[in-house]
Amino acid sequence: MTEPATAPPDAGTPLLSLRGIDKSFGAVQVLHGVDLDVRAGEVTALVGDNGAGKSTLVKCVAGIYTTDAGEYLFEGRPVSVESPRDTAQLGIEVVYQDLALCDNLDIVQNMFLGREKKKAGVLDETTMEELARQTLASLSVRTVRSVRQLVASLSGGQRQTVAIAKAVLWNSRVVLLDEPTAALGVAQTRQVLDLVRRLADNGLGVVLISHNLSDVFEVADSITALYLGRSAATVRTRDVTSSQVVELITTGRSGELGLSPATAQA
Amino acid sequence: MSTPTDRTTADDRPAPRGDEEAERERIVELARATGGGSTLSEPAPAPTFRDGVTAYLQRLRGGDIGSLPALLGLAVLLVLFSALRPDTFPTALNVANLLVQASSIIVLAMGLTFVLLLGDIDLSAGVAGGASASVMAIVLGQAGLPWWVGVLAGLLAGLVIGTLIGLFVARVGIPSFVVTLAFFLALQGVTLQLIGQGGTIAVRDPVVVAIANGNVPVALGWVLAAVAALGYAALSLLRWAGQRRRGLTRDNLGLVLLRVVAVAAAVLVVTAVLSENRARVPSIQLAGMPWSVPLIVVLLVLLTAVLGRTSYGRHVYAVGGNAEAARRAGISVQAIRVSVFMIGSTLAALSGIIEASRLNSVAPGSGGGNTLLLGVGAAVIGGTSLFGGRGKVVNAVIGGLVIAVIANGLGLLGQRAFVNFLVTGAVLLLAAAVDAVSRRRRTAAGR
Repeated sequence: MTEPATAPPDAGTPLLSLRGIDKSFGAVQVLHGVDLDVRAGEVTALVGDNGAGKSTLVKCVAGIYTTDAGEYLFEGRPVSVESPRDTAQLGIEVVYQDLALCDNLDIVQNMFLGREKKKAGVLDETTMEELARQTLASLSVRTVRSVRQLVASLSGGQRQTVAIAKAVLWNSRVVLLDEPTAALGVAQTRQVLDLVRRLADNGLGVVLISHNLSDVFEVADSITALYLGRSAATVRTRDVTSSQVVELITTGRSGELGLSPATAQA
Repeated sequence: MSTPTDRTTADDRPAPRGDEEAERERIVELARATGGGSTLSEPAPAPTFRDGVTAYLQRLRGGDIGSLPALLGLAVLLVLFSALRPDTFPTALNVANLLVQASSIIVLAMGLTFVLLLGDIDLSAGVAGGASASVMAIVLGQAGLPWWVGVLAGLLAGLVIGTLIGLFVARVGIPSFVVTLAFFLALQGVTLQLIGQGGTIAVRDPVVVAIANGNVPVALGWVLAAVAALGYAALSLLRWAGQRRRGLTRDNLGLVLLRVVAVAAAVLVVTAVLSENRARVPSIQLAGMPWSVPLIVVLLVLLTAVLGRTSYGRHVYAVGGNAEAARRAGISVQAIRVSVFMIGSTLAALSGIIEASRLNSVAPGSGGGNTLLLGVGAAVIGGTSLFGGRGKVVNAVIGGLVIAVIANGLGLLGQRAFVNFLVTGAVLLLAAAVDAVSRRRRTAAGR
């Protein structure tokens, strides 16, 4: 299943590109000149140990945090990102670990929450249900029988599916998934990874934040490893082994790859 | 998906390169068009009557019981009291009385439904009604202004009270229990001051008095009943037909028809009973439904539409279900929280006005005592959850009827007041227990 992506690592302009991102909270600098590239049609895995800065970087991408320094490029053009509203306009959606679904609403209602379709001032349930069905069908979702069941009745994998479909519904270009398989069993992890792969196959840029290297090696085209707030390395998945990535995560370097010894030890 | 493919970015996508590339694109297109085996790409299957019943039973088992216990309880109570007091309980006169008694409770419970949907509580709703009614009484009696000015002033008083409560809860961040407890005490002082020590203000305006004491002409009553029954039938069937035409999830037609017939039967039976002459003296003609009945039906339709058919209503449910999810979806949780208290207190004011109309007066104790508990009881007995996120306006109507039937029936049985308190308290506790247990079942059924 490892995806041998044939595009050369630097071909074309990345859909989303962060260059030299710095971010501090008070006296603590969390990100030091971090780079991240997201290409359309590819899954980019973001790995790193606890405290490496993955969540901070995701929040910078999402516009929840503003960066202190660095460039934010979308389709090669610098853009100014001040709030989540700006990133939503660009078509960047984040699926957080806690999914943020309302148990007391059904799938359609959750997918359109806050962006309901209206006709003459009242909710246009028909259109919303049709769009929800089409979106789930386009992602080849087989596990959901009816889009009118309450989210409370769904399994963990189905919830994740709904959260992802919700992010895809808005003509999004880039989807960031924060630990989508963390709480799932084997079969459900399988469904979600298939879905992640299909998102990229549908032409989206996908960022997968994960601790699970077997998941990463299964779906990702490239891997960006963070180490203590620095980009340790960005590699093509087919060029590296799992143990090299583990080294990158734990020590910031692996053979020729990664940070210089001096930086890694700092 | 496992075949190696060129993934070039949009910027330098090359021109189609021969058959292989074209073939791949064709397959991707096909997969998208067919949904790759997802059943959701086909129209939803037509549900059979049995499917509908099974789905409903499953919902019940999953803890989503709605107003079923209240409807069953109402039926049992009606049969019980009719059997125990066949001469007085099931008479046109008593049914009319009962509905008037229920009116103010129902309207209060409708307002509380909005507050409860957010998982909050408004302990001051009863006395807010009393204070608003005294404002109306003063405008009508002492200032002598027309009825609509008085009613508007009363409703405005409720709106102001609700806005204040909402701001304290949402902006300052005090739990609603504490804020409304403070208002419960303070508003009694306001009412006392407005009315003056020991006195009552009479309400004599003919229009206001007619809300609870006047009757709709029999012919007009029948027209309204027909409009209500046919309107419900038309809306249900049109909605069903639209869903079928576009291949969407829908109920079984048999179940839809069953509901339409049940609603029409209830409307027509009540109208028929209320259209009988219920005067005790043969020389007087007393017939027609009390004006508060169509008032409640209008509120029911209006508020149900607000909760079920507008994005505002959807956001109320979302905030009640998961405030954090609502916030991330761009919903202003604070604004929603303030708004439910505004709606709650305004409807409480209307409830107070109806009560003032029924009693022809406002007293310092108006809206105090057990008024609030009856309102909360009505909402909860009807099936609105105390934990937020679940509930409908119609639950308030059903629950309000249960409460009113208990009070009315026990009164006819000649029971003393303490029995009434005990029974109502026990029923409220039972309803809250049912709510808590079914919530546990929902949590267990989910995941």
